[in-house]
Amino acid sequence: MKITEQNQAPGIPTDLASLDAWLDKKLDEKLAQRKAAKTPSLAIIATKGTMDMAYPPFILASTAAALGWDSSVFFTFYGLELLKKDLQIKVSPLGNPAMPMKMPFGPEWLQHINMKIPNFVAGNMPGFENFATAMMEQTTKTKGVPSILELRDICVESGVKLVACQMTVDLFNYRKEEFIPEITEWIGATTYLASAKDADICLFI
Amino acid sequence: MEAKQTLDARGLNCPLPILRTKKSLIGLQSGEILKVISTDPGSLKDISSFCSQTGNELLSSQQQGKDYEFVIRKA
Repeated sequence: MKITEQNQAPGIPTDLASLDAWLDKKLDEKLAQRKAAKTPSLAIIATKGTMDMAYPPFILASTAAALGWDSSVFFTFYGLELLKKDLQIKVSPLGNPAMPMKMPFGPEWLQHINMKIPNFVAGNMPGFENFATAMMEQTTKTKGVPSILELRDICVESGVKLVACQMTVDLFNYRKEEFIPEITEWIGATTYLASAKDADICLFI
Repeated sequence: MEAKQTLDARGLNCPLPILRTKKSLIGLQSGEILKVISTDPGSLKDISSFCSQTGNELLSSQQQGKDYEFVIRKA
């Protein structure tokens, strides 16, 4: 079968085999163009409210924003704690057996020793949570890793969309005044899914 | 080539060197040069990846003792 002379644009092959190859080439070019023109996007679901689990969403979201990507974090369940005005997050040693226990100060050799404390001790000893939190804060400070508050401010500054789960507020009897005013919007699962549908990267943390 | 601005990111760890680099670049005009000094070994790969993602040109990246020095031309 041949394409008739009348409806043929210049440069387009007329026999089917070459037309097929031509279309493949053209499609690749078009797709590459579209990919280059598209702003990449990152959508994170943050569900944990402890300090160790607060780092990944804020680090990834702020870095994505620095790369010029569209970046958003949906805070739900305990993740909502990370959006409180009065940020009181802690490291929980309970049920966290892989957490290294190392001194953030003292001689170099001591800082490398992992003090294995059995989980039933760390999880039950009064004040251990505060101790572990203080150690973690000290460690991040000496290593030049920003605090959660600092990272959250950077996220706000750099235009990361911080969206909060409406249902969680009702579920845990929070008041909206407890949260930072920079929250972009309060939404539910449906709205979030609709916006995350086209994200290039979607992470559940 | 004269650097318009120098960013001292020494002592900072991931992701701060990148976030500060981005912030410093905002203040520059297209074509102007930013010099970044860091101590985070991760920044060696991260700065290069940041530049290729954002279209800014990494003119040089080298190690000077414990410091890493990057020269970036803003796109």
